[in-house]
Amino acid sequence: MSVLVYAENAAGKFKKSVFETVSYARAIAEQNNTTLTAISIGDVGEDTLAALGNYGAQKILTVANDKLKNFVNQAYASVIAKAAEAESADVIVISNSFSGRGLAPRVAVKLGAGIAEGAVSLPDQTNGKFIVKKTAFSGKAFAMVELTSKVKVIAVTANTYKVADNPTGVKAQDFAVETKESDFSAMLKEIAKSADKVSLTDAEIVVSGGRGLKGPENWPMIEQLADLLGAATACSKPVSDSGWRPHSEHVGQTGIAVSPNLYIAIGISGAIQHLAGISASKVIVVINKDADAPFFKVADYGIVGDAFDVVPKLIDAVKAYKASA
Amino acid sequence: MNILVCISNVPDTTTKITFTDNNTQFNASGVQFIINPWDEIALARAIELTDGGNGAVTVIHVGEAANEPTIRKALAIGATDAVRVNAKAHDAWFVAMQIAAYVKHHSFDLILTGQESIDYNGAKVAAMLGEILDMPSVSIIKKLDIDGNAGIVEREIEGGKEVLTIPWPFVVGTAEGVAEPKIPNMRGIMSARTKPLTVIEPVEVTSTSEIIGYETPAPRGQVKLVSTDETTRLVELLHTESKVI
Repeated sequence: MSVLVYAENAAGKFKKSVFETVSYARAIAEQNNTTLTAISIGDVGEDTLAALGNYGAQKILTVANDKLKNFVNQAYASVIAKAAEAESADVIVISNSFSGRGLAPRVAVKLGAGIAEGAVSLPDQTNGKFIVKKTAFSGKAFAMVELTSKVKVIAVTANTYKVADNPTGVKAQDFAVETKESDFSAMLKEIAKSADKVSLTDAEIVVSGGRGLKGPENWPMIEQLADLLGAATACSKPVSDSGWRPHSEHVGQTGIAVSPNLYIAIGISGAIQHLAGISASKVIVVINKDADAPFFKVADYGIVGDAFDVVPKLIDAVKAYKASA
Repeated sequence: MNILVCISNVPDTTTKITFTDNNTQFNASGVQFIINPWDEIALARAIELTDGGNGAVTVIHVGEAANEPTIRKALAIGATDAVRVNAKAHDAWFVAMQIAAYVKHHSFDLILTGQESIDYNGAKVAAMLGEILDMPSVSIIKKLDIDGNAGIVEREIEGGKEVLTIPWPFVVGTAEGVAEPKIPNMRGIMSARTKPLTVIEPVEVTSTSEIIGYETPAPRGQVKLVSTDETTRLVELLHTESKVI
């Protein structure tokens, strides 16, 4: 028995959310009195790979196969399932990222495993059970899912489990695996990165704008505030539906669900569909000129005022704070 | 081109979510059910791709007879015919196995699902179907075009996008941007009543998961209001009190 964690890389680097996933997997290994193996697929440097050992990986496998350079969920799932078998893993942990969500269910099917995706806490293994808490109803609730299969797959939500230092000092070793041609029928044509922008799902701070901003021409102040805070920008559904901002920024029940440390909502009234997507935020700040806006009921801090008055002042205050810090 | 669209029946987006029986059952009383909004996007794109007699769109739903209004709505929007697997949708694995069993006896070029359902948010059915049927799958896509016998699919990644070419048949889970949901017109509503809706019995599946209870998020404390001239104080509070900056 062991725990296997898949360490997803983005252009050869590991993001903080991957170290969270590794830390989470190590905690399960400790619950189970067993060891943690990490597997990386694709082109990742030796030193970068060794960083997985800083968060408790006791064995690091790397698959350096030219065909596996780019993510293809079908092929990656085959490799992870083979590693799980080679390591006799009974728990497999994957990040609940865009790629992870296309990968984890395939791994689960291959291994005949039950799967809990969107996990927000460690499994509760009291009385020999295996119960994982996950988000449900688009953030309006949590469901307790009991996995009853022998092998279990968990996909962990970013920003819900803290990175824990736990250095093991191990080095990566090659994991030899054969690939099959039919796993590669989906071919990558093009990859486009919005290079300097913080991605919404990884962001620790999110600055979000709503209809109260009146038009796309007023977004520079949202972007300036976000830049100062190292934050990602987001918006409400009416804003993306009107084409003021791209759909990829739409946060809410039918958009993206986020769980940042700080969510700043500017000119958003707080419809139930929007609140669903942001309820996992640790701290919520609301700026709205309507004191009766429903968003204030779920906010930690609020300013009742016009965005065009408050946001420039807030930008000045953040600049002053940064200058003094 | 024959397209299968998988639809699920979910609480309306404005529903306040509550539970009964000591937080073990979803409280469906008074709840309006709708086609899962992401599935409506999948359906709209399927109808666009088969427009002008260029194929057919079948919708499949795993659920009890009480969900038939949702299936009829999909027919009113423009699906050609519908299939209902007569069973409660136990979990994504159960649903994927039912749909896969149906697909094995029919021929589809494309299988579309919504990226996830707004009730259990698993985003699992598309990838599970791909694995069970040994087809490529892409789970959260922003764009779907057809080029000959292949699909051109754009998917979101953290901070960017990827474009993939995939030969038919394949499975995709659609997100916003793939198509605008369609509203049924009167002709659609009238014709939906007579379009074929076949009911089939489920195949047996060994369960691997059970939902044993629910929790609602802990309520937040009273909001702390600061005046429009106290932005400096707000920044200080975020730094010293809540320690998020």
